[in-house]
Amino acid sequence: MNLSRRTFLTASAGATAAAFLGSSQAFATLEDLNKALSEFTGGAEPGEGPLTLTTPEIAENGNSVPVSVLVESPMTEDDHVQSVMILAEGNPLPDVATFHFSAMSGEAKASTRMRLAKTQNVVAVAKMSNGDFYKVSNNVKVTIGGCGG
Amino acid sequence: MAKPRIKIPKKVAAGDVITIKTLVSHKMESGQRKDKEGKVIPRKIINKFSCEFNGASVFSCDIDPAVAANPYFEFKAKVEEAGTFKFTWVDDDGNVIEAEKEVALS
Repeated sequence: MNLSRRTFLTASAGATAAAFLGSSQAFATLEDLNKALSEFTGGAEPGEGPLTLTTPEIAENGNSVPVSVLVESPMTEDDHVQSVMILAEGNPLPDVATFHFSAMSGEAKASTRMRLAKTQNVVAVAKMSNGDFYKVSNNVKVTIGGCGG
Repeated sequence: MAKPRIKIPKKVAAGDVITIKTLVSHKMESGQRKDKEGKVIPRKIINKFSCEFNGASVFSCDIDPAVAANPYFEFKAKVEEAGTFKFTWVDDDGNVIEAEKEVALS
């Protein structure tokens, strides 16, 4: 192969750029997400259920994206929602927050604001007192990322 | 320490499910950002929020760096009797912010 000076320079510059991007743009992989997920569910496969995740379709500012979860449940001592975990697929760290409810919550509904680094799927997983798990995911388009990198 | 802001009804009917909104001023330094010299700014966030009513846990939240600055939480509570809601925020550095709100029955 005839490697001219020009192609060599372009190639090496490209390689450096790739290495640099690789180190600074460390986003969570699907593996990280699945690991966090299975730690939460203890390996159980979450199904579909009365879990609603509310996020904006387009978030102009990734620094503060409203997120809200609601699980329909009678919320009694025997039958209530224990916790809901929120995960962001495309953030450097997938965990966002885990809400813990009790029978005294009355209703399994909670909201907060989160940071999103880029356009990605946001996942919510609910853990019920009877050991069932529900999962739902929403796509959020992010115009300006919120990780200040 | 910053004074938290809490919105909660003063009077409720027994058995009502009320909405509580809380916000506390905090930078929530994620540990992902870098300063001008390219050094990573160490993480410093509020990592736990909890709400108790007359000593029993109502709602709590484990918080990761992806929660936005000035963490805001909105949640529900079922009130059967008059009493005191106690709110606690725990910082990475061990500092604890506490607040209490009384609720009377109407």
